[in-house]
Amino acid sequence: MKFGILVNEGPYTHQASDSAYQFTKAALAKGHTIDRVFFYHDGVNNGTRFTTPPTDDRNLVNLWGGLAKEHNIDMVVCVAAAQRRGICDADEAKRHGKDGNNLADGFRISGLGQLIELGIQADRLVVFGD
Amino acid sequence: MSDEGGTIKKFMYVNRKAPYGTIYALESLEVVLIGAAFDQDVSLAFVDDGVYQLVKGQNTKGVGMKNFSPTYNALGDYDVNKIYVEKESLDARGLTVDDLLPLKYEDEDDDWAEKDSICVISSAELAKLFDQQDVVFSF
Repeated sequence: MKFGILVNEGPYTHQASDSAYQFTKAALAKGHTIDRVFFYHDGVNNGTRFTTPPTDDRNLVNLWGGLAKEHNIDMVVCVAAAQRRGICDADEAKRHGKDGNNLADGFRISGLGQLIELGIQADRLVVFGD
Repeated sequence: MSDEGGTIKKFMYVNRKAPYGTIYALESLEVVLIGAAFDQDVSLAFVDDGVYQLVKGQNTKGVGMKNFSPTYNALGDYDVNKIYVEKESLDARGLTVDDLLPLKYEDEDDDWAEKDSICVISSAELAKLFDQQDVVFSF
């Protein structure tokens, strides 16, 4: 089955991102297809490489990045939600005159159309959130 | 991914949260407006505190936030005209349909007659509606 994943909460405050990660990993291990994970609301905070959790805890940003690389998953951070929350790539930083950027490897910034497209193309869209 | 032209799915946006206090309602509305460009079969459901999103006469001056409720009036122009409000949620909060924004749309199949977009339905009817959907976004 082809799953689409929507992550609506940031890492650590909520378990949503952990659950989405575990689900994605398990589904792929079972032979299902996951082409895209979309990050919305505070979910965009899963995509900042400035995240520095204690070393004895999981690093969700790196876990997502690693999974995406291994399975060639398109990990999309919503641009409008990202702008509100200070997540930007080099292009966005330049466009808005910011002095740095923080998008982690394996993520890209794009619009909500990518979420609707995911809903259309996936057999099942699974939402992880509050 | 390429766009698969011609696929029309039933999309349901479930709005469960009060309009202010968290950003879910505002950002849900943003998805609905963007999604309208994709010509899908769209319905909106308002349940629990989500029914407060449609209450008319909202005034956000005191909390210093933007009152985005007028945007719901534009949904009809985006062909988003199936708006279901759960009766039990209204009852529990002492609200009736008269407390809600009078959302309208023009029915192109009926000589552009102006019709109400909001339909108050029971929890049981809403459950049946959920069952018919292809994609359910829960906000």
